Amino acid sequence: MADAPEQRKVFAPWLDTTQKPLIRFENVTKRFGDYTALDNLTLDIYEREFFALLGPSGCGKTTMLRLLAGFETPTSGRILIGGEDISHVPPNKRPVNMMFQSYALFPHMTVEKNIGFGLKQEGQSAEAINERVKEMLALVQLEPFAQRKPHQLSGGQRQRVALARSLAKRPTLLLLDEPLGALDKKLREKTQFELMTLQEKLGMTFMIVTHDQEEAMTMASRIAVMDKGVVMQLDTPSDIYEAPNSRYVADFIGNVNFIECTVISHNGQEYQLKDKQGNQFRLISEVQLETGSTIWLAVRPEKVIVSKEQPQGDVNAVQGIVWDIAYSGDTSTYHVRLPDGTTLKSEMANLRRVRNRPITWEDTVWLSWSLTAAVPLKR
Amino acid sequence: MQRQFDWGRFLLIAIPFLWLLIFFLLPFAIVVKISLSDTANALPPYVPTLNLSEGWSGITSFFSQLDLESFAWLLDDKIYFLSYLNSLKIAFISTLLTLLIGYPMAYGLAKAPQRWRTVLLMLVILPFWTSFLIRVYAWIGILKPEGLLNMGLMSIGLIDQPLAIINTPTAVYIGIVYSYLPFLVLPLYATLEKLDQTLIEAALDLGCSPIQAFWKVTFPLSLPGVVAGCFLVFIPAMGEFVIPDLLGGSDTIMIGKTLWSEFFGNRDWPVASAVAVVLLLSLVVPIVIFQRIQERQREAEA
Repeated sequence: MADAPEQRKVFAPWLDTTQKPLIRFENVTKRFGDYTALDNLTLDIYEREFFALLGPSGCGKTTMLRLLAGFETPTSGRILIGGEDISHVPPNKRPVNMMFQSYALFPHMTVEKNIGFGLKQEGQSAEAINERVKEMLALVQLEPFAQRKPHQLSGGQRQRVALARSLAKRPTLLLLDEPLGALDKKLREKTQFELMTLQEKLGMTFMIVTHDQEEAMTMASRIAVMDKGVVMQLDTPSDIYEAPNSRYVADFIGNVNFIECTVISHNGQEYQLKDKQGNQFRLISEVQLETGSTIWLAVRPEKVIVSKEQPQGDVNAVQGIVWDIAYSGDTSTYHVRLPDGTTLKSEMANLRRVRNRPITWEDTVWLSWSLTAAVPLKR
Repeated sequence: MQRQFDWGRFLLIAIPFLWLLIFFLLPFAIVVKISLSDTANALPPYVPTLNLSEGWSGITSFFSQLDLESFAWLLDDKIYFLSYLNSLKIAFISTLLTLLIGYPMAYGLAKAPQRWRTVLLMLVILPFWTSFLIRVYAWIGILKPEGLLNMGLMSIGLIDQPLAIINTPTAVYIGIVYSYLPFLVLPLYATLEKLDQTLIEAALDLGCSPIQAFWKVTFPLSLPGVVAGCFLVFIPAMGEFVIPDLLGGSDTIMIGKTLWSEFFGNRDWPVASAVAVVLLLSLVVPIVIFQRIQERQREAEA
C-alpha cells in the first residue's frame, strides 16, 4: 500500500480493509438432526489464500468444505463466493472443485478421461479438452500414464490424478479434503511443497481440510483451528503457534506446558505470577492481565531449557527430577517431575551424541525459560 | 525333496467335482445317450438298451445302433426351431422388462436409509417362502377374465369388457417378470450398495447434473450387477415350462413346453432328449460369457 512503500510486501489481504473477500461465511449454522456441525460461523477467505481448516474429527471442518462444494446446504446463514450468495446453488453450477480424501477417481475411466471429465461436461471441444488434459498431465508429471486405469496406479499417482482432475476446470476455489492423508510421510512432505508451489504458480485459492497440524503449519497462509463447530482461532501459522488464544489451540498445535497461576502484581508489561505451590514467575506480555485473576501460562517445550546448574540471569526457573527422556533423533524431550507431582516438558536439540549427554534419568535438574517465552491464556 | 501328496487338499477339491459328476455329468450323459436312441414300444420307450450279458458284442451292437436321427428330426419339423426362437424372444423381452422394473427397485433399496434396508430386502425375498407353483397359480386368479384385475378395473370404470390377458404371451411376460424379479434385484442391489457415494459427488462437483451423474458413473459401474442379474433371469426363462403352461395357453410355444409334450404327450424320449441337449448347449454360450465377465470383474476388484 502507498503508506508503507519501504515495507517488504507481505501477503496478508486479511489486514487490508479495502480487500473484498473471495468467500464469506455469514452466520452459517449447519445442523444434522439435533447435532450442530457448524455453529453460527462467520469467516472471510481471500483470493490466493492457502486456507487451512484444522481440527479433530467431528469439529465441523469437513462440513464447511461440503457446504462450499454444495453437497450440503446451510441450515441458516449465507455463503458468498465473489459477493454472490451460493448457499442454494447445486454443486454442478459452482465455480468450485474438490479433491476428495479418497480421490474418488472414476474406476471405469482412464487417467486421461478422468482429468478431462469436467471439461467434457462443460461441453468443450475435443481439441481443447485434449490440450488441457496434456497440460494437466505435464503439471503432475503423469504423461506416461494417460491410458492407465486408476487401479493400475500407485497411491501417490492416484493422488496426482485427483489433483489434476480438480484443477482442470480452473476453479475459483479448490477444496482439498485431507489430500495427503493416504500418503506415507516422505511423500507427504514432498507433496506439501509441490502443492504450495503449484498454488503460487497458478495463483489460485486453496482451502484445505486437515487434522495434521504440521501439514497446516507448513502450507497455509492462515489456519482456522476448529472445535465443536466453532472457530477457536483464525490466524497465520506463526501467530497460532506463538500466540494461541486458548488452551485448546495451544494444546492442539504442537506440544505445550500449562502452569496455572494467579496474577499478583504488575509493573507495566511485566507481571508477577504465583502458581499453586507458591513458585513465583515473571512474565513480560502485551496482554492485559487483571491482578488477582487466574490464568494459565503456556510454555512450549522447546523454549524450556534443562540444565544441571541453577540458571543465572533474568529467567524463570524451577527444580525437578528427570522422569523420562523421549529420544527422537534430532531432539530429546525431557519430562521433568516437579515436587508437587506435575510434569513439565523440555525439548532440547541433540547437539551432541546421546552417549555424551550429561543429563540422565533421576537427575535433579533446573528448568528455565525467559520472561517472554510464556504466553498467558485466560481460557 | 518330493512333496508328499496332500490328501486333505485333494478330497476338498474332489467333493464339488464329484457332485457335478454324479448330479450333472452322469444324468447329462444318459440324456445324450437317449437322444441318440430310437423310439420303441417298450419299457423304457427306446432302443437300444445296453445288455452287458452279451459281453463285447453287446457293447458294439449297442453303439452301432446309436444315431443322430432325433437331431435330424429337430431340423425337419419347424415347430422346434419356432419354439427355440420364441423362447429366445420371450426370455429376451422378459429379461429387459425385469431389468426396467428391477433396476429402480435395486437402486431404491441401495439408497434407502440403513434401518429400512433389511425390511425392504425381506420384502423382495418374501415370495420365495411360498411355493413357486402356487404363486403362478395365483396369477391365474388375478389375470383371468373374471379375475381380480379385470374386476378391479371394471369396478372403477376404467374398462367395460374384461381384458384378455390370461392364455396370451402377455400373461407369460407378467409371470416371468414376477417370478424372476428377485434374481435380478438382489445381485444388482449388491453392486449398487457397494458403489462409492463420493464418486457421484465427484461427478456432481465436476459439473454433472444428478441425471448425468447416474448415466456416466452409477450405471456403467453397476454393469457387472446388471449382467449378473440379466443372466440369472434369462437362463431359467429360456427353459421355462410352468409359466407358459399355466399362463400362456396353447398360443404360447416355448421350448420347455415342446419338450414336455414330446416327453409325456408323444412319449418320444429320444426327441425330447435331443431338444434338451440342444437347449443346454445353446445356454452354455451365454453362461460362459457370464462367467468371463464375472472373472474380469473379480480381476478389476483385486
